[in-house]
Amino acid sequence: MSSEVEVTRSHPVPDPGIPEHVERWVDVDPAASRRAERQIAACFGAVPLLALGFIVVYFFVPKTWAIQFAGLHAQAQNFWLGLLGGVAILLVGIGAVQWARLIMGDHEISEERHPAGSTAEDREQALDEVHEGITQSDLPRRKLISTTLKIALPSLALPALVTLLDMGPWPGPGMRAATIETTIWAEGVHLVTDVTYRRIKAVDMVVGELVNAAPENIQDLNNDPAAKAAATAKAAIIIVRMDPNTIKIPQSRKDWQVDGILCYSKICTHVGCPISLWEHQTHHLLCPCHQSTFDLGNSGVVVFGPAARSLPQLPITTDSEGYLVARSGFTVPVGPSYFERDSTHDYQNGDN
Amino acid sequence: MSERPRRRTRRSPLRRAALIGAALVVMGGVSAIAAPTVSNASPLPTEVGTGAQIFIKNCASCHGMNGEGVTVNGTAIGPNIQNAGAAAVSFQMSSGRMPMAGQQQQSRRTTNTFSADEIKAVAEYVGALGSGPGLPTASQYDTSGLTADQIAKGGELFRTNCSACHNYAGKGGALSNGNYAPPLTGTGVTNQEIWEAVRTGPQNMPVFSPTQLSDQDVQTMIAYLSDVNSSPDSGGYTLGGIGPVTEGAAAWIIGIGGLVGFALWIASRGARAR
Repeated sequence: MSSEVEVTRSHPVPDPGIPEHVERWVDVDPAASRRAERQIAACFGAVPLLALGFIVVYFFVPKTWAIQFAGLHAQAQNFWLGLLGGVAILLVGIGAVQWARLIMGDHEISEERHPAGSTAEDREQALDEVHEGITQSDLPRRKLISTTLKIALPSLALPALVTLLDMGPWPGPGMRAATIETTIWAEGVHLVTDVTYRRIKAVDMVVGELVNAAPENIQDLNNDPAAKAAATAKAAIIIVRMDPNTIKIPQSRKDWQVDGILCYSKICTHVGCPISLWEHQTHHLLCPCHQSTFDLGNSGVVVFGPAARSLPQLPITTDSEGYLVARSGFTVPVGPSYFERDSTHDYQNGDN
Repeated sequence: MSERPRRRTRRSPLRRAALIGAALVVMGGVSAIAAPTVSNASPLPTEVGTGAQIFIKNCASCHGMNGEGVTVNGTAIGPNIQNAGAAAVSFQMSSGRMPMAGQQQQSRRTTNTFSADEIKAVAEYVGALGSGPGLPTASQYDTSGLTADQIAKGGELFRTNCSACHNYAGKGGALSNGNYAPPLTGTGVTNQEIWEAVRTGPQNMPVFSPTQLSDQDVQTMIAYLSDVNSSPDSGGYTLGGIGPVTEGAAAWIIGIGGLVGFALWIASRGARAR
């Protein structure tokens, strides 16, 4: 290769050629060369020692020993196994790189490259062969064969399509209404604390209190962990009590709360993280995933972040003994958005 | 002509600064000796109890003489604390959050300068002003004698009710608008303070009343926290224990950075003969 290659479409930049060869220090100084060799040999020579050390540590360092150093608390065996094994592998790499840099041949080469396309002759010949094949198959005259073949091949996709579509329930309106658009909340279901499943008396809640809660009938699913998890993913709620004089309660939701005790879905309307990060002074509920913030003192409207819809509120009241109980299920689907969701019934800031 | 003015301009600022400095030292020394020392417990010339005395001296300027709160020009300087309860006072004072040094976005944990008896006296005084959670007894937050099962249950309760803000291991976390939930471990937080915070909901923290979390529940949660934080991190550095952020940063900076360094070294030309 030389720099005389003309500038063409395939060579937009003239070939700069190969830079002048300057010998490495190790090529001209025999002492440096020997030193480099010793360095590389030392790298490789240390590897078997480290590997032996690894085995010794594996068998003879008790698992109970620990290393305390600069705030580090590590199991001694793990620490030494990792250090010896890691350094051994590193030394193999360092030795190999130094070997290539200092000892192996040092001459500049230029990689040869050519245009990738075939020559015009080759292309013409290939097309001739294709045309000859079409003529010999007699397809241009036999229309019946070509038509039936055009139908036969695509029809093979049908079995695949049908079996793929039948892999699960078809997510039509009926299926959606029975699954993602409903929860196990219903009229008369008691609100109970999560984990401990204790009913909650309205008078026992103080202003500023937050309860992570669940529907009482979630316990009916205790024998079916998968169904329980699926139901919890939609039915989880938080109950908060605020001073009724400091919050906005729209006329349409006056009967949804008990003296400042409000109940909301715990599932963020953005992508469905469970949220209970509530600041009782600002009434803001913050989702830790993407910082969507809902104002629980204003029917759960979004005040910050990527969520597009208010947090669904669960209408609640008290039973004859004063325990909190649901007036109905959620009036809108809880959880994240999906394409077919009807969002016309969600609470908008300022609705009454 | 050219000598004297130049010398004067060069020396006079220094001399002035030295004079001001000397004056400040003298005045500071005099005031340090002459100023009356303020003791938190020195008695007032009245017949009120210790708790009331300490309250009037340290709390009343913001919370009012009777804990009714202070409002200046429509801005609340300090809230009404008549129904805050003795437990709230004990939490705020023993964690050094109150008395506040000044108005700030979030009252932070600082060094408590009061003795346990003084705090108890103020807490009882404020507790008597209204209703509110009283001081806990040691048996309410003592975690000794709990079984592994109970501690595991406490962990479930902690992860359900507390981890959203305080992290699964109680390391704290971010809230909105620059606020944060403080760490519950490693900063001298006592079991009593955790109990008091759960029951009184300091600042933006919600209240968790005995209806939903019984005293035994709170005990097991505290035991879970101590258990988690007394078990050694055998993996080495915890990197704050706050999950993928620091671990990802360490992998990128140390791991990828190291690889870039090696790549540069492999491709470098090295020492040449000229």
